[in-house]
Amino acid sequence: MPRILQMREAIREAMIEEMERDERVFLMGEEVGYYHGAYKVSEGMLERFGPTRVIDTPISELGFAGIGVGAAMNGLRPIVEFMTWNFALLAADQIINSAAKILYMSGGQFRVPIVFRGPNGYAGQLAATHSQAFEAFYAHVPGLKVVSPATPYDAKGLLKSAIRDDDPVLFLESELLYSLKGEVPEEEYLIPIGKADVKRPGKDVTLVSFNKLLHVTMDAAKELEKEGIDAEVIDLRTIRPLDIETIIQSVKKTNRIVIVDETWPYMSVASEITYQVQKFAFDYLDAPVRRVNCTDTPAPYAPNLLKEYFPSVEKVVRAVKEVMYYTI
Amino acid sequence: MRAEPIAEEALTKDTETFPRELYWRWLEIMLRIRLFEDASYQAYLQGKIRGFLHLYNGEEAVAAGTVTAVREDDPIISAYRDHGIALARGMSTRAAMAELFGKVTGCSKGKGGSMHFFDREHNMFGGFAIVGSQIAIGAGIAFAEKYRKSDRVCITFFGDGAINQGILLETLNMAKLWSLPVVFICENNQYAMGTAVWRSSALHHAGGLYRIAEPFGIPTEAIYGMDVEEVHRAVSRAAAHARSGYGPYFLEMRTYRYRGHSMSDPGKYRPREELDDFRARDPIERLRQRMLRLGYATPEELDNLEKKIEAEIDDALEFAESSPYPPPEELWRDVYVQENYPFWKEE
Repeated sequence: MPRILQMREAIREAMIEEMERDERVFLMGEEVGYYHGAYKVSEGMLERFGPTRVIDTPISELGFAGIGVGAAMNGLRPIVEFMTWNFALLAADQIINSAAKILYMSGGQFRVPIVFRGPNGYAGQLAATHSQAFEAFYAHVPGLKVVSPATPYDAKGLLKSAIRDDDPVLFLESELLYSLKGEVPEEEYLIPIGKADVKRPGKDVTLVSFNKLLHVTMDAAKELEKEGIDAEVIDLRTIRPLDIETIIQSVKKTNRIVIVDETWPYMSVASEITYQVQKFAFDYLDAPVRRVNCTDTPAPYAPNLLKEYFPSVEKVVRAVKEVMYYTI
Repeated sequence: MRAEPIAEEALTKDTETFPRELYWRWLEIMLRIRLFEDASYQAYLQGKIRGFLHLYNGEEAVAAGTVTAVREDDPIISAYRDHGIALARGMSTRAAMAELFGKVTGCSKGKGGSMHFFDREHNMFGGFAIVGSQIAIGAGIAFAEKYRKSDRVCITFFGDGAINQGILLETLNMAKLWSLPVVFICENNQYAMGTAVWRSSALHHAGGLYRIAEPFGIPTEAIYGMDVEEVHRAVSRAAAHARSGYGPYFLEMRTYRYRGHSMSDPGKYRPREELDDFRARDPIERLRQRMLRLGYATPEELDNLEKKIEAEIDDALEFAESSPYPPPEELWRDVYVQENYPFWKEE
């Protein structure tokens, strides 16, 4: 029986189900307990599981990320929440130098089954230090998996898989999506990490996106439909491992691709997809690959500048018309 | 200004002794470390070991006194000067030397090298090469023990350089707040690479590095780290405290490294006389004299032990030399637990 849940409820359900299933799973982070989560994702979890499994930390991102890594090395399965991924930069040493490398450096002796999660990217007029999207940054690192869901259904199924995964998984959410509603079944389900999802089938052009920009991309597809352009929209869901096969299959059908990506354009998720598309589908392309990213600047505060900074339906439509060789 | 002179205490009173076997165990561990490090020094000069090599000579009493004061199932984690602690813990000299040679028979299959010794079987949770990073990881290992309600204690080593990293303060705070069963051991060998502790730490001038734990309410002591008995007593106290549920304990072991920071360091920042001073208080020689005086050993027995360990090190060198390098596919193994990496193929 499908129910309508908010994204935050879907994420919470995933954590609760996995904590009930496996005693080794626990949640730690800033404000996750008594405050019920900075964005109310963990509301009620302290009451349900008690303070030994829902742990409020001081504002010490590096320290508690490291404690999570140690707990994971020693047999637990931590979920470490960052209030936002911007603050997780302070913990980048533990994520990149420790979590991503311990299995390798130990010759396979020590696993680090940990989930680092929290909201990521643009969230309104929060300016430069509170608006960064880190998908490309962390997907660069061998040893990490990076998940970035766009819907309550995907978030729940993917987070459950992430918690059960034996590798470190970074789970990038969005403040702007926490109140997004969507269907979530009553019965248990898992969504495999590393599989993209075709959110809208189409034949004229392939649009690839993830997280909150998936919704901008879907809106753009509706606009394009009015003009007789039938866009296929692929939701990556996982950034690393990348489901390049689904993208290539689509491009072989549409011969055109636009990537809508919240990371900065230089060395972005779009850059990598572009490389792989030219490598694996060179002969199928009828137009150069186009991408729509945030502008190559810090995020501004002023609303007019912010509009210019962030990808929009108009920008996506314009890019699609370019690859369709429509007159703009 | 010279490095802080360590107050030379009178040799521990002969009445306070430990069982004879423990002295022999200490000596065996400390000799194994010393001769292993001397052999790896030579192998480095011969080009058989590359990369960074940080030797433990001079600090042997800290490793030996610590591992014998805790249980075998107590986890241990260390910084990158990790050979001594791994060998003391029970890692075989073969696996250790082969790792330095980059061979597949090494403790980390030749993929970690000198700075990343791991040994699951002996609860050695690794050498960590970003200064201070293992401090929080050690507290996390202790967190897992407390979570499981075990009575194991995590021994977390770091150097005097890590005293100045923010992660130490973050970790001391959480370890105390959550009463984690962890013993923090700062091996103060007087130098963070080439920077003397008096040049890098205001705490040094305020009574000593151990005082960093005081404001958190964590019991803390400075220990004469050239005396294995002192180390052993201190770690026994600290581990008993943590094991009983009273939370963390902090120990500053005042010791000295004879070699440079790494093999590329000629040590010009310290006066020759300072090194000679410390060599005159060598922890192994001190232990030998003690054993002779207690009548626990004869000169001949001491020689025999040294010969036995020399042979063990020769065997380790031969083993490392004759072992194969990792096969090419090892490059791609252990990046993920998940099979089939790389997940997509370039060609």
